[in-house]
Amino acid sequence: MRIKKLGAAAAALVLAGSLAACGGGDDEVEVASETDFEAGTTMAEIADRGTVTVGTKFDQPGFGLLGFEDVPEGFDVEVAKIIAGALGIAEDDIEWVQATSDIREQVIEDGDVDFVVATYTINDERKQRITFAGPYYEAGQQLMVRADEDAIEGPEDLADNPDMKVCSVTGSTPSEQIKEYLADEDQLVLFDIYDKCADALGNGQVDVVTTDNVILLGFVSESDGEFKLVGEQFTEEPYGIGIEKGDVEFCEFINETLQENEDAYLAAWDRTAGEVDGTEKPELPEADACA
Amino acid sequence: MSPVIDNLDLYWSGFLTSLEFIVYSLIGSMILGTVIAAFRVSPIPALRAFGSAWVTLIRNCPLTIVLFFMGFGLPELGINYSFFFFGVTGLVIYTSAFVCEALRSGINAVDAGQAEAARAIGLTFSQTMSEVVLPQAFRSAVPPLGSVQIAMFKNSAVAGAFGIGGDLFSVGKNLTSAQGYSYIPVLTGVAIGYLIITLSAGACLALIERKVAIAR
Amino acid sequence: MSEQTVLYDVPGPRTLRRQRIGTVVALVLIAGLLAVAIQRLASRGQFDPELWEPWLNPAADDFASVWELVGRGLLATMIAASLAIVLSLVVGVGLGVARMMSGRYGRIPVVGFIELFRGLPVIITIVYVWRASAELGIPIRLLPGENALWYLVIGLTLYNSVIVAEILRAGVASLPRGQGEAGRAIGLTEGQVMRSILLPQAFRTMLPALISQLVVVLKDTSLAAVIGFGYFELLRRGQQIYQILDNPIQTLFFVGTIFIVINYALSKLAVSVERRLSVSGSTSRTGADAAGETAG
Repeated sequence: MRIKKLGAAAAALVLAGSLAACGGGDDEVEVASETDFEAGTTMAEIADRGTVTVGTKFDQPGFGLLGFEDVPEGFDVEVAKIIAGALGIAEDDIEWVQATSDIREQVIEDGDVDFVVATYTINDERKQRITFAGPYYEAGQQLMVRADEDAIEGPEDLADNPDMKVCSVTGSTPSEQIKEYLADEDQLVLFDIYDKCADALGNGQVDVVTTDNVILLGFVSESDGEFKLVGEQFTEEPYGIGIEKGDVEFCEFINETLQENEDAYLAAWDRTAGEVDGTEKPELPEADACA
Repeated sequence: MSPVIDNLDLYWSGFLTSLEFIVYSLIGSMILGTVIAAFRVSPIPALRAFGSAWVTLIRNCPLTIVLFFMGFGLPELGINYSFFFFGVTGLVIYTSAFVCEALRSGINAVDAGQAEAARAIGLTFSQTMSEVVLPQAFRSAVPPLGSVQIAMFKNSAVAGAFGIGGDLFSVGKNLTSAQGYSYIPVLTGVAIGYLIITLSAGACLALIERKVAIAR
Repeated sequence: MSEQTVLYDVPGPRTLRRQRIGTVVALVLIAGLLAVAIQRLASRGQFDPELWEPWLNPAADDFASVWELVGRGLLATMIAASLAIVLSLVVGVGLGVARMMSGRYGRIPVVGFIELFRGLPVIITIVYVWRASAELGIPIRLLPGENALWYLVIGLTLYNSVIVAEILRAGVASLPRGQGEAGRAIGLTEGQVMRSILLPQAFRTMLPALISQLVVVLKDTSLAAVIGFGYFELLRRGQQIYQILDNPIQTLFFVGTIFIVINYALSKLAVSVERRLSVSGSTSRTGADAAGETAG
């Protein structure tokens, strides 16, 4: 019953939204002009408030990078705008909060943000603290090295080269998953943001950076040929949207919004992460059941 | 407090790493600080100017910026070691300015009459310094030197936040982010670790002062 | 540095020659090290104009954006520092008076508080305030301005108020004992002696040390850049800038210079205030003590 109601509401929103956005350019995300949410839901609360707070990355080219205007830009940011639009909130009314990998759960639990779109891999441990909507993108973990590096062709080579340092970010799934490929824990260097790993790779501090391939490609494109990816992706990293634990209605709303707005989703990819060489245009994945 | 008790081994290794970091920084800053102090009192104007500039620039610069500069700058100069090394270098450079000033205050506290008397009986500059002035200067410098070094112990936490890895601060970060424990018990454990270091250092300093320092 | 002229005689010709050789050697060494450093930096492209132009060249594209962010960061730093020093003063004087006037048992909690926050690194205190507010539900959001500002200010205040209390104690202790004795002799209570006689004089002697403490507070505001709570003070703005422009060394150089200039000016102010207030030995000993305390 509830799902049907939400479905109808979502469809009405999209219609209203597309009518309202008539005349808007390709770059604009549709903003629903009228919203009608069931009272007591998160969506109603946000729509009444008129603003939404979103946690995202500030340091990841292609996904969430803080620009000079103090507003982040990237694919995650665009996805957040689509969701906000469906809630009736224009992009100027979105408040952006930096959600580095190590505090993503905290900002949700604290209630500092309404949802988090921050290259947030879905895994069971995190599901104990928060709920995921989506996935909205499937990345995979890979390795990035300097362009002249020949010794490493894939994660199997890491254990054979114990002097080579591998860099990742605290609290991230890739940092945990790479451990089984390492000779010992000393090989792993952790920082709080990927930018520092990229800098460390550039000046020889570390020899490998590992995280999701999409993030790495952003750094490769910015590196002017200094970096390259090696090997194939060796894990599957589904990105989800983090929300307060147990908020099933909000989760379903988000999933439906994305399904209804696949065109905007693909357009968003094209103008952000899609601009990087080597990326593939994604298909919106099947959403997991909300729990 | 269960996260602390469950992970006591982690806390212990973090504590030891912090101690290791502190010992290197202590030795390094005392050596470098003494050298800079020597520059500041030397008869060669170029060295005096260098020492003076060193102290002025570094004392007025936040430790965070010194550390970041080490992290980004040293690799550009070809010095490519671990972040632990960068942390030690940064804290040594930062603390050396304060060590220098503490030593100088000790030298200044030695009564001018001592040096005059030494000259009057015909001692050279280096004899005056090593036999008469410096021994008294070190004893006078103990209180300020002590507080400079205790401040350095506390600054090791900033180096921990900067990313030296494996120390008390990192243990706290690891337990709260990667493993999701609640912050308050974890941080209390970290705080106790630092308090053990600073409070016992304070007590040692009081003991040393009683034995060695000259009333100023 | 009266000690300097006393340590050695006016140099004769042989010493002068040795000093000149020493100067030349020293200059050559320093210049040599600098040359090596510059050459290495240049070979890594650190002197490329595009890394420096956003900071230096008004005609560059990003110049206005960069300096606008710097301005905003500096303002945020100043707001946090001013709030922290004012609150530290208020709380610190309260603590100091409480310590000096309590009985043997009343003193214990005050001393405990002072030793606790003096022994803890201030960065730990700030992180504690941030997380305790969230986990214990303390309503920081009721205060004006962003939450992160108050996490920083309250953390800084907890640390610096304790230092102010100790500065006050040293200031009162340095007053001639006759002051307090005379006050009691004319029948004033302890509280009146403190308020009317000791504190006003102590404040004058404390002023240079307080200005030095402001320098410490200013430096400590930059801790917000290594803690994750998102207060965009000057160093954090610097991070934002070099993440966009990819020029960390240049950006840190300019941000560091701004900090150094401001703190240097404040230190000079402290010294000139001390000189003007120096009334026959009643200033607190900013030389040695400050070397210790301001190392924070």
